[in-house]
Amino acid sequence: MKRPNSFLKFLGRIEGLPVVGVLLLMFGIFVITAPTVFTHLLIYMSFLQTVPPLLILGLGLTLVITAGEIDLSFPAVVALAGFVFAWIFKHVHTPWAPWAGFFLALAAGALVGYINGLFVAKIGVPSIISTLAAQFFWYGITILLANGLQLNLQEVEATDVHTIFTGRLFGMLPAQALWALGLTVFLWFILNRHKFGEAIMFIGDNPNVARVMGIDVEGTKIKLFTWMGVIAAFAGLLLTIEINVFFPTQGQGFLLPVMAAVFIGGTLISGGLGSMVGTFFGSYLIGSLQAGVVATGITSYWVQSVMGLIMAAAVALNVTIGEGRFAGLSARIGHWFTPHPGQSGNDEAHSK
Amino acid sequence: MAALPQQYAVQMINIEKYFGLVCALKQINFEVGSNEIVGLIGDNGAGKSTMVKILTGVFPPTGGELYVAGRKVNFRNYNVTRAHEYGLETVYQDKSLGEKQVLWRNFFIGREITLPFGFINVRREKEIANEIMVNTIGFRGKGITVDSKVSVLSGGERQGVAIGRAMHFEAELIILDEPTVALSLKEVAKVMNFVNKIKEGGKACIYISHAIADVYEIADRFVIMDRGQIVANIVKRNITLKELDEFLLEYAHGLKDEGEA
Repeated sequence: MKRPNSFLKFLGRIEGLPVVGVLLLMFGIFVITAPTVFTHLLIYMSFLQTVPPLLILGLGLTLVITAGEIDLSFPAVVALAGFVFAWIFKHVHTPWAPWAGFFLALAAGALVGYINGLFVAKIGVPSIISTLAAQFFWYGITILLANGLQLNLQEVEATDVHTIFTGRLFGMLPAQALWALGLTVFLWFILNRHKFGEAIMFIGDNPNVARVMGIDVEGTKIKLFTWMGVIAAFAGLLLTIEINVFFPTQGQGFLLPVMAAVFIGGTLISGGLGSMVGTFFGSYLIGSLQAGVVATGITSYWVQSVMGLIMAAAVALNVTIGEGRFAGLSARIGHWFTPHPGQSGNDEAHSK
Repeated sequence: MAALPQQYAVQMINIEKYFGLVCALKQINFEVGSNEIVGLIGDNGAGKSTMVKILTGVFPPTGGELYVAGRKVNFRNYNVTRAHEYGLETVYQDKSLGEKQVLWRNFFIGREITLPFGFINVRREKEIANEIMVNTIGFRGKGITVDSKVSVLSGGERQGVAIGRAMHFEAELIILDEPTVALSLKEVAKVMNFVNKIKEGGKACIYISHAIADVYEIADRFVIMDRGQIVANIVKRNITLKELDEFLLEYAHGLKDEGEA
């Protein structure tokens, strides 16, 4: 045939395939090494409960990294949003207080993001610096406002907000997993099928190209950071509402796992291309690793090393595919099955 | 006010540009006919890029007037998008296409065909992108489709995509900024072929280049700039390539070497 390697090429085009492969392999190992845990539904339901905040942060960060920027301030937003919700819930005693707290928390996230956007786009401070400053500042403000104390919100359990966002469908399926799934689909369409997402990809690819093609680079960045703030606030709300407690350090510890999930998913650190599907599976991979390793019976001291190993493997796989080394390999494999070996099987080479 | 001749695609009158106290352009009077290819020549820093950027709305001039197809441009609300609407398109040497992006996105970036709520009509964009590739710029086979990434294209092919895009959007004037830098002879020939399509299509072109031989081959008229001023305006039939080359030596030292390269 003319294109013997079309099947391998087709495989290469499936979004997030490498990370799905690694994820399946990992669960395969878990099922074999810890069958009592991993052949029952319970552990999977527990992942669906704990992974969504990490996943939602990862989805937002995927947009930011695709635009060639970074946001290090989301752990502070997770804490700030939780505090805003908790404070209003504690101090306002009306039926709509949970909803007011919910939307004001999102607004607080938007404000933090908007200010990040202004610093990056208008003043021109590199995002790694301005959002690092924002992380310190807003985390500090949250601790100050909360007096460093946690707030117990047992009464949240009885509210609509709790039921809608973190309730259990059919008595077992955590609602936040569906919200996270819905957000994945929605943001996939924003990134891949919307003008805003296309602008993000071109800005990350080459801001000068974006500018001469008439894209409002500064405006798009401000919008992007604002959305990242809102998304991070939503993740913080899920966390607070799920466990009915706000604590000032609730965002800390998310920074590196979320970044790991995004990069495992195949989003390029250099910007220009991002994968929502990859981030989705990357987040479940990172989020289920700890429980999985512990369940296999080996000491939990292994978790960090295994995480590093898997991240290195997944990203190496992404890079080789992304650079077309796989295309070359698949062409060679295809070549062996071609009856006429005189012609090069590589479609990428097109010099006359 | 006197009516301006309609045959000009663009006309600049006394355009000046200062960056702080530095004068980048002084007293520029420049025009391009509606089906004319003008070669814009000058050394680095002569002001070519500054002039092009004013023309295409990247930034406004400090003073002077600009007419596009006889209409006076109001610089207060002039920008790249407005210039596109007026039919002015620029093909930059290395910043016309997003390299990691697929071709169909590159054709429509900034001017997407949208469904409600700003979502992109991907099917329609791909159909039209394919149409441009096959009919306007004559890409055939070779494994390049609308789903190919720009990074697999050769330098000449990239210029072709950018020129095809400009022609599709009914550009009246296409500005090519150093389109043949770092291209092999074969690729240069491809670009020349694309530029001829602009002329055949009845449109205008400003061709900016250091490669005098290329400019001489393709342009109807040469405008030579030096240190922010236009120093010569020569119609092709009045000068040979050798004369043009010698003339340039007086103004821009070092140009000759690159012209021969």
